[in-house]
Amino acid sequence: MPAGTLYRGREGMWSWVAHRVTGVLIFFFLFVHVLDTALVRVSPQAYDDVVATYKTPIVALLEYGLVAAILFHALNGLRVIAVDFWIKGARYQKQMLWTVVAVWIVLMLGAIYPVLGHAARELFGS
Amino acid sequence: MSTTETSASGVGPVEGASLYSVDNPAPVIEPPRKRTKKTPKSTRGNFELAAWLFMRLSGVVLVVLVIGHLLIQLVLDGGVSKIGFAFVAGRWASPFWQVWDLAMLWLAMLHGANGLRTVINDYAERPNTRLWLKGLLYTATVFTILLGTLVIFTFDPNIR
Ligand code: HEM
Ligand code: HEM
Repeated sequence: MPAGTLYRGREGMWSWVAHRVTGVLIFFFLFVHVLDTALVRVSPQAYDDVVATYKTPIVALLEYGLVAAILFHALNGLRVIAVDFWIKGARYQKQMLWTVVAVWIVLMLGAIYPVLGHAARELFGS
Repeated sequence: MSTTETSASGVGPVEGASLYSVDNPAPVIEPPRKRTKKTPKSTRGNFELAAWLFMRLSGVVLVVLVIGHLLIQLVLDGGVSKIGFAFVAGRWASPFWQVWDLAMLWLAMLHGANGLRTVINDYAERPNTRLWLKGLLYTATVFTILLGTLVIFTFDPNIR
């Protein structure tokens, strides 16, 4: 990578950066996730012990972050596909990006209770 | 200063008149990308096109598989709190969810690995660095796909 550049792109560049960063993060998660799931072949005990960490409040926050990454990557991925295959895709790429962001915000608000609710109950009592 | 010899340029001393004729043909300049006997029939392999298409096709399918998976694991029926060995045993008792997980494993790993290949090509400039990073990537990918597949097919609900 060239060291230091004055080039700053517009929305299109930042959505591309975010798509790349989320894609790489999800890949690393998936690698660890297949390893932890493989513990079902070791013993029920080993599996349940590791899954217990998935239920702690701090990891719940990480799960919320994972959901954020997946939802952005999925929605923006559909936008990239639309830009490539839909005749008017390139013309509406900006509108589609803001649609992606709006849908993403709505879904993330909706995910707060299901994903973080149990952590809040654990931290602040039933 | 002597008169400049222009014979090499192809434009004669009198403008527009060609130096070349049927008897005095211009030197043949070999096109830089001329095909030789060693050039394969098609110099443009289709791998990158196939990879590009695969990213889009697998992406569309993954939307359903992965978001469905997250909904089941994190949202429905008590969220993460319900997950445990017994829960997994219940799910993999059904061929439907076995096939679902298998498709998700293969598609997500291949999609992610191909994406990372692009990222490595973009940032790793030294040939040696590229070679090692890609070797590591392919090794990890094959290992993960094989392990995950094995786990789905050999799952034993009655293990101790
Ligand atoms: C924090 C969120 C997640 C939780 C709690 C979770 C939970 C689980 C559980 C309990 C299983 C066991 C089988 C089953 O019930 O279907 C499983 C398997 C699997 N999950 Fe997830 N998952 C999560 C996120 C993801 C994501 C984001 C992906 C894909 C990118 C993914 C891909 C897979 C795959 C491929 C398998 C099969 C593994 C194997 O073949 O051994 N999971 N997951
Ligand atoms: C949820 C559905 C998904 C959709 C719709 C989707 C869509 C896409 C598309 C269309 C591209 C190509 C972008 C381009 O050529 O500019 C891409 C790249 C990528 N995807 Fe996905 N994807 C999904 C899930 C995943 C998952 C589960 C992973 C990780 C295992 C992943 C990792 C990547 C990576 C690393 C790239 C390369 C990014 C880059 O080159 O900048 N994606 N995705």
